[in-house]
Amino acid sequence: MISDAKPDRQTWGLDHQFDSVDQQRESSFLGMWIFLVTEIMFFGGLFATYIVYRGQNTDGFVAGSHELDITLGAVNTAVLIGSSLTMALAVWAAQTDRRKATVWFILATILLGGVFLGVKVVEYGAKFEHHLVPGPEFHWPGPEKTESVQMFFNLYFLMTGLHALHMIIGIGILAVLAWLAWRGVFSASNHNLVEGVGLYWHFVDIVWIFLFPLLYLLGRSG
Amino acid sequence: MSVHVTPIRVYLLIFGALMVGTLLTVWAAFLQLGAFNDIVAMAIAVTKATLVVLYFMHVRHSTRLTKITVVAGFLWLAILVGLLLSDYFTRGFLAG
Repeated sequence: MISDAKPDRQTWGLDHQFDSVDQQRESSFLGMWIFLVTEIMFFGGLFATYIVYRGQNTDGFVAGSHELDITLGAVNTAVLIGSSLTMALAVWAAQTDRRKATVWFILATILLGGVFLGVKVVEYGAKFEHHLVPGPEFHWPGPEKTESVQMFFNLYFLMTGLHALHMIIGIGILAVLAWLAWRGVFSASNHNLVEGVGLYWHFVDIVWIFLFPLLYLLGRSG
Repeated sequence: MSVHVTPIRVYLLIFGALMVGTLLTVWAAFLQLGAFNDIVAMAIAVTKATLVVLYFMHVRHSTRLTKITVVAGFLWLAILVGLLLSDYFTRGFLAG
């Protein structure tokens, strides 16, 4: 399909270590997924920790959950799912050689990611005001054991904090990606970087899909 | 194998399903289902995550090598959580 002559390789955006565009694309896709598997284990360890501590301190965790703003959590879930849609559309635009659309969809993804982090700042601020940040200022007036509720907020800040860090890194990478897309680096035969960053962004979305019910929703009916 | 371009219609459909799932999980959280509340919440989350993996992340149209990598990742997570819980939640059995 592709000759080894240099001009062709350039036209196809094919690096010298690969035999074909398909092989290059599959390597990129598989490599990114192997990285994401390590991320699954990373966040998975935290989820497992949360489940065990919740089992041991159910009262405190349910009380802690009730302090979270379910509306803000649900809105942020919708915002993040929206950003996954714009990211998927950015990949679509790159696949179909639409340069400007690729840039715009990436910028929309950055914007929605920013909205998510903004809402998170509002939520964190409320926790500081209500003395729900673990440490010397932590104060729990309810009948539940203070340590149990504090353990909930330890895990809340650790898990949402690491998730937010992933988003901040993601927004930084998306900014570079938008610039590269604007310069016309990507083509229908090589847009692997857009696809790879997309996989990362969707993964961060998946982490939140589990964080939202675990932190905000469990124990609400009681 | 050439690149499979997912039509925009599919992306919008999946987006709609994910939004419905979000509303559903908030609504279900306030129902009196006892222990089933947790199961329903996790079932909805797993369904949403599966949709994202298959369609947004294009795993449905990827090679078998990628598919087995993805499945292995989640399988090992299941082993981690499964063995951990089988330890912690059976300790009381011995104390009795």
